[in-house]
Amino acid sequence: MDNNLNALTTIFTEFYYWVTIPFMFLIHVGFCMYEVGASRRRNHMHTLMKNSMIIPLVTVTFYYFGWWIYWAFPNGPFITGGLELEAAAANTPWSQTMGTNLGDRITGVFWAAFLLFSWTAASIVSGSVIERINSGAFWILAVVIGSFAWIIDASWGWHYGGWMVKLLGYHDAYASGVIHAIAGGFALGVLVVLGPRLGKFAADGTPRDINPHNPWMVCVGLFVIYAGFWGFYVACNVPLISPEGIGGLVTGETWTATTIYLTPTTLSAITVNFLMSLSGGMLMAFIVSKGNAFWTYSGGLAGIITASAGNDLYHPIQAMLIGGVGTFIAYKMHFWVERKFKIDDAVGAVAVHGYAGFAGLVICGFMLWGHPSSVYEGYASINPIGQLAGAVIMFGVLGFLPGWAVAKILNAMGMLRIPKEVELLGLDFGTNQEEQAASDDVRNAEQALV
Amino acid sequence: MSTTTVTTWAVDLKDVGAVYPFQGSEGLMVIVAVATWIGWHIWCNRWEKDYHQEKIRKYGDAENLKKALAAE
Repeated sequence: MDNNLNALTTIFTEFYYWVTIPFMFLIHVGFCMYEVGASRRRNHMHTLMKNSMIIPLVTVTFYYFGWWIYWAFPNGPFITGGLELEAAAANTPWSQTMGTNLGDRITGVFWAAFLLFSWTAASIVSGSVIERINSGAFWILAVVIGSFAWIIDASWGWHYGGWMVKLLGYHDAYASGVIHAIAGGFALGVLVVLGPRLGKFAADGTPRDINPHNPWMVCVGLFVIYAGFWGFYVACNVPLISPEGIGGLVTGETWTATTIYLTPTTLSAITVNFLMSLSGGMLMAFIVSKGNAFWTYSGGLAGIITASAGNDLYHPIQAMLIGGVGTFIAYKMHFWVERKFKIDDAVGAVAVHGYAGFAGLVICGFMLWGHPSSVYEGYASINPIGQLAGAVIMFGVLGFLPGWAVAKILNAMGMLRIPKEVELLGLDFGTNQEEQAASDDVRNAEQALV
Repeated sequence: MSTTTVTTWAVDLKDVGAVYPFQGSEGLMVIVAVATWIGWHIWCNRWEKDYHQEKIRKYGDAENLKKALAAE
């Protein structure tokens, strides 16, 4: 901060990222409301705590090693180079820039913005496994997705030097794949091992509806997630940078906002596209679900998620149409997979995040075919094959496989699923009985005084 | 004497970097923090297993199961 412009840019950038963080906190609030609303009365306090404890566990582990992974792994390692130890050194938990430091005002807020993405990835998985997973097992899975798997994919495909960007021309500006497809794939991997809730499927395999105990709360939760999603979008941008700061092919003196790849875009464009893709998703979901409130709200999310990969560049009407297509795919896939493979995804997270995210990446490959993926020389341009390969890596390699493998290990150790009696009683039953007994005891004591 | 690197604010701020106390102990703090995190998971999974077993012992009979399902 050696001159006024430099100081203003630095403080603006620090404040810009800071604002995104309380906004993104709303995503977690929304997920908690949505999950608790979707669970049955006998489970809702455990459901709340299962999701809430993502916050401390992913926070500390993202501090211990997640953030370092992002900066160390963009080359694979050993795909386009080795570990980036020099770049990562400032992001280790023992680095002085990770503590209170008057010489570095950006690392902390940038870390926190990425951390909130990490919570989101884990929270997406949380909803799909409600009412039958051991909380302790889920919290191990939350650390795996929140502080390990997703941040590897971010380093590979959501970093200006990531090998997927260089070799595949991978483009995913607002995280169709790097957050949503991976989290959906991870959830599916866990669900395959975990199995459905008791009573979900009839003896002939026909799925039964397990209705939310509070549909209103589910819908308001989704509404709150929309609000948090604004912060998510804004946090995906670099707010203000000069061509000199980018250090790539851009010439002249015009400063710009950029994506995470340092490719130019505007906050205005992504704001319009966010709203149009949300609208496309809601309109389509209303039709395919015949006005079902849960699916219409979820469709809004699916619409944004599908268009997110290219929402830095799409025309708003393209964003709307893409949002609608992705939502249609997500809805149809959810019920097909449920019937065909007996997968009990309690909140439709695999569909809304996983299938919509996957579809969004593939669509982006066609829509932005030939557009430069980077401002640096020697990078592949955006193309359908690269995007399809990226979608497989996100959903399958870094999502489904780790989720399935860790769930298998936890299951083999007898840690994954709650006992059958507890599932039937409900996770809150014992606590409710004890609280009721305590209340009765106090009331009896009070009545004895009359 | 100061636990931080700052003993006075009569300084040029461009020369000031990290200001948290006990600098030099970061490695030790990380070891303690990681051990605490792993220990938390171990404690939590053991506690949860015992918690479920206790609930089954106290409420896992047919009468309570019916009561729980009827209340839904």
